[in-house]
Amino acid sequence: AFFWLVSLLLSSLIWFIAVKASDPRDEPLQKGLLIFGVMFSVLLQEVFRFLYYKLLRKAIEGLVALSEDGCSPISIQQMAYVAGVGFGLMSGAFSMINLLADALGPGTVGIHGDSQLYFLTSAFMTMVMIFLHTFWAILFFHGCEHQCWWEITAVVVMHLAVSGSTFCNPLYMGSLVPSYLLMAIAAAWAYLLSGGSAQNLRRFLLCKS
Amino acid sequence: MITFMNDSDSEEEPCNERTSLMSAESPPVPSYQDGLQASEAGEAQAHRKRRTGSSRSPNNIADGDMSESGVPVRESTLENEEEELTLKYGAKHVIMLFVPVTLCMIVVVATIKSVRFYTEKNGQLIYTPFTEDTPSVGQRLLNSVLNTIIMISVIVVMTVFLVLLYKYRCYKFIHGWLILSSLMLLFLFTYIYLGEVLKTYNVAMDYPTLFLVIWNFGAVGMICIHWKGPLQLQQAYLIMISALMALVFIKYLPEWSAWVILGAISIYDLMAVLCPKGPLRMLVETAQERNEPIFPALIYSSAMMWTVGMAKPDTAARGPSQQTWNAAEDGRENHRSPSHADSQVSETRTPVPTRPISSFEELEEEERGVKLGLGDFIFYSVLVGKAAATASGDWNTTLACFVAILIGLCLTLLLLAVFKKALPALPISITFGLVFYFSTDNLVRPFMDTLASHQLYI
Repeated sequence: AFFWLVSLLLSSLIWFIAVKASDPRDEPLQKGLLIFGVMFSVLLQEVFRFLYYKLLRKAIEGLVALSEDGCSPISIQQMAYVAGVGFGLMSGAFSMINLLADALGPGTVGIHGDSQLYFLTSAFMTMVMIFLHTFWAILFFHGCEHQCWWEITAVVVMHLAVSGSTFCNPLYMGSLVPSYLLMAIAAAWAYLLSGGSAQNLRRFLLCKS
Repeated sequence: MITFMNDSDSEEEPCNERTSLMSAESPPVPSYQDGLQASEAGEAQAHRKRRTGSSRSPNNIADGDMSESGVPVRESTLENEEEELTLKYGAKHVIMLFVPVTLCMIVVVATIKSVRFYTEKNGQLIYTPFTEDTPSVGQRLLNSVLNTIIMISVIVVMTVFLVLLYKYRCYKFIHGWLILSSLMLLFLFTYIYLGEVLKTYNVAMDYPTLFLVIWNFGAVGMICIHWKGPLQLQQAYLIMISALMALVFIKYLPEWSAWVILGAISIYDLMAVLCPKGPLRMLVETAQERNEPIFPALIYSSAMMWTVGMAKPDTAARGPSQQTWNAAEDGRENHRSPSHADSQVSETRTPVPTRPISSFEELEEEERGVKLGLGDFIFYSVLVGKAAATASGDWNTTLACFVAILIGLCLTLLLLAVFKKALPALPISITFGLVFYFSTDNLVRPFMDTLASHQLYI
């Protein structure tokens, strides 16, 4: 969560400088700057995910060195999961919390002609982002562990795609549906990477031991 | 300017030697007046020892660092086991501190957001006499710096006074002072707080009920904090009085002064705990020399000592320590000569001199947990509360400061595990908190607002 926060900080710093340095009245420029800011932020988040991976790697080495039987009490997969959850929660909290606070107060959604589904779609979008961060972290760490560069690029590309699809808002079909599809793909992939399989799933669902 | 109660000066001083983070490491030594089950915080936990009883970070970042320094220096496998056990319980200790700090902050933020009273400007403390309603920015800055200088000097004077009293063994005076200040906190501030909360939610309450509630709350609190009581109740009371104190600070400190004071106090904390002549360091060292616990009302401890009834195969070590406990129950006088104290202290070590620390002591250590001064709670909550009160970005800034403070606490605990002596808990957390507050408020907020208005997600 802290790492995500720092990446957000740095990316907003860049965006802020860019905005201040540019003409505030020029609409397309501002929009362009915003898009640039979003993409840059996504890339920075991935960089920080990588830095976090490096840090956790060092920690695991230390743990293994200290432990008696040569394996650390917490595995890299568990760390990947926790890292993903941390990133996701922080990103979700930052996206949602002001909205929630405003939702407590009086008001009508979309009274000025905006979409009436604003809160609902924001909620769904935030949820999908949180899940996606979790799955991406698992994929990312797995890719770093096994030197599968294509997994890492896939994660980055997916993140860019999801953020990019939100540019279609308020045309919600363009953003929510692809995001959920990507989430399903990422979920299945992460599940398979973590050692799951169709048999495990069936056994779990049918409550067999 | 309306002056606040004169008794608040007694509030300042307890607040401020509370700002240190110590690992609870020493064996239980009975204090001269607290009973065996006395306020768990007071039970001789404040002594530092050469081994760590405190935590590692939950991400085990410490181990990355420790492995380089640790591995070459291993003399005996015992030390390895020591690290192992500390490792396993390290994360637990960090969580044990995260939970109360989080609770305190939640209480403060919830109150700030809902009760109007604490964000209204109704005058200032006499410690911050300069007003911030000046027309020019330079004047305002100057006033806030002057306020800070006055506040910090008051704190320094109070701390030095306390240390002198402690050195010259004026225990009754100190205890009277602490009792008076906690009395005031528990009764007066709670009364005001309850009154404001009831006003906000428009709940009617008659005076007899109010009197009953506050009397019970206050009386149980006094007993819990200064005498004996269940650990969790004592922890809850300490959290509540820290929150009340933080709310008072948030209300009565003007904006810029508050930020400058936070910065200055973390520098002061750093110096007071680490410099050889620093008052807090002298306090802790004197307490160690005399083998006495530091005052129960000043420290939050996350765990209780239990040695009785612990099944341990190492009976040789157990024998002498049980003697100490029996001695404690006999209420023996604690004013011994240092040499005698050392022999008492060494009772939990095995008779074999080559093994510096016994495994019995290790098990004791784990149950002990980490101690955090109440001043730290207060200033963390002041930072987060101020962020909640004054930031225009509202919740994002509050959340960012919260995460920053917790990470700072984590790092401090890490350093504690590495250095194994009392460390100031304020500097790292407050620095992170301040950096994140200002940057989130000014940089992240416009970015997030623009993103939210276009419903873009990053």
